[in-house]
Amino acid sequence: MLRADNLFKTFNPGTPIENPVLRGLSLTIESGQFVTVIGSNGAGKSTLLNAISGDLFVDRGSLHIDEQDVTRVPAWQRAGMVARVFQDPMAGTCEGLSIEENMALAWHRGRSRGFGRAIRVEQRELFRDKLAMLKLGLENRLADRIDLLSGGQRQAVSLLMASLQPSRILLLDEHTAALDPKTAAFVLELTDRIVQENKLTAMMVTHSMRQALDHGHRTVMLHQGRVVLDVSGDERKQMQVSDLLAMFEKTRGEQIDDDALLLG
Amino acid sequence: MTPIALMGALEIGLIFALVALGVLISFRILDFPDLTADGSFPLGGAVAATLIAGGHDPWLACAFGALAGAASGLVTAWLHVRLNILQLLASILVMIALYSINLRIMGAPNMPLIGSPTVFAPFIGEALENSWLVQPAVLAVIIVVTKIALDLFFASQTGLAMRATGANPRMARAQGVATERMVLSGMALSNALIALAGALYVQTQGGADVSMGVGTIVVGLAAVIIGETLLPSRKLWVITLATIIGALLYRLLIAVALNADFIGLQAQDLNLITALLVGFALVLPKLKAKFSRKAGGKH
Repeated sequence: MLRADNLFKTFNPGTPIENPVLRGLSLTIESGQFVTVIGSNGAGKSTLLNAISGDLFVDRGSLHIDEQDVTRVPAWQRAGMVARVFQDPMAGTCEGLSIEENMALAWHRGRSRGFGRAIRVEQRELFRDKLAMLKLGLENRLADRIDLLSGGQRQAVSLLMASLQPSRILLLDEHTAALDPKTAAFVLELTDRIVQENKLTAMMVTHSMRQALDHGHRTVMLHQGRVVLDVSGDERKQMQVSDLLAMFEKTRGEQIDDDALLLG
Repeated sequence: MTPIALMGALEIGLIFALVALGVLISFRILDFPDLTADGSFPLGGAVAATLIAGGHDPWLACAFGALAGAASGLVTAWLHVRLNILQLLASILVMIALYSINLRIMGAPNMPLIGSPTVFAPFIGEALENSWLVQPAVLAVIIVVTKIALDLFFASQTGLAMRATGANPRMARAQGVATERMVLSGMALSNALIALAGALYVQTQGGADVSMGVGTIVVGLAAVIIGETLLPSRKLWVITLATIIGALLYRLLIAVALNADFIGLQAQDLNLITALLVGFALVLPKLKAKFSRKAGGKH
């Protein structure tokens, strides 16, 4: 379970380019729930994800993962609880290392690292089995450099890597945004499969309203650093992209009205 | 070139192979441009020479020299990681500070070791007739052991984490790697190897000199670049091998250049030759690519 309470984060405070990104954001995600997150640029989606992963610390508010306060825990110490797939295929894998070396790194996520061999025979077997699930032929390319793979292949491997060790929450940061539509569909389908098979608690940021409604159990819309819409269950099932779009327009419209009032 | 001159070049080449392996760790694996080498190489030499002159065991002197080097690397890394000082600047600060420290350690600008015990002494005959052969042989053993140890380390869980830290620190953190700790320990390892080279160097040269570190980093970098130009690979055991070959080849080329009377080069031209050689090695891959394009290559 993830609990975010009243998160605040301002970039460049006290300067002319001061940018309050999170403004009292609260969100609770139950174990096993798959939440999709939408919102316009600057709504705070990426900042929220970075705050959960520990890449940045919030100014105020608290973050709990399974009742453990992680607000001030650095990213590498949270790694045992938080798995992550980045938007940029380059960001989630390690260039210059081979496919199996990348997977070995992920296999040790949240575990202590010693001086034993990073890749033993049984791990290589495990990696081969996992890669075979992708049906991309990667199981025969374990020693190939990861930067020889296409963006889609790298995202698929990143997803596998994120599921090699148990995690309390899986963060997906627009992980299909950099892919062509066909590859994106493949990676999304793989995402659903991995989340279901491992009963993962997951949070997926997306720009696509279609994706947001088609995947997961619950959809949350962020606007100006707060949750402005939170739908799940039957209400969400009956929802169309047009409904979501209307709500999206409404929140933005209200904002414009507010500004107009202020200016008036 | 006489066989003795050849072995002399090989001997210095082997010592600089250790330097080059250290430079490989900082520049290539950790992606940390580190100039501490110019200070940590004489630091290792100063510590070892002082201990040997004080009657201590030469192997122990080497170990303490390497430890001192590790400490200097740790300081450079700490200045960067904790105080956010630019990598290059942090290493220059430590390098400059070490100049004073090395003078303090030796108590004088130089320290002769003529007739003192060395790690090579037990294998050398009384008339010193075989020293030209023994010294390179002992150094070769040290290099081989170091290479194998490094290869094993970088194939280990911690070694892999260190490589990831240099290649993609954000991803490494997301996988639970304490990247700051990796930079600190990697820089300590790098400078320990460089200082060990310094400790061995003073024992082959019969003494330590405070200015013996000038240009160490350039020579180390030259070896790394020559190695990766001649033997390009992503496999770490090939990269360490290439680095060692690069160091040996570099010293041989220097020896040939200085020995060929018709070129008219002298010892003081060493730095100029080094700069030319590194420059050439740097543009070689681009020239190669250009040539293969012109030849209608499919690349």
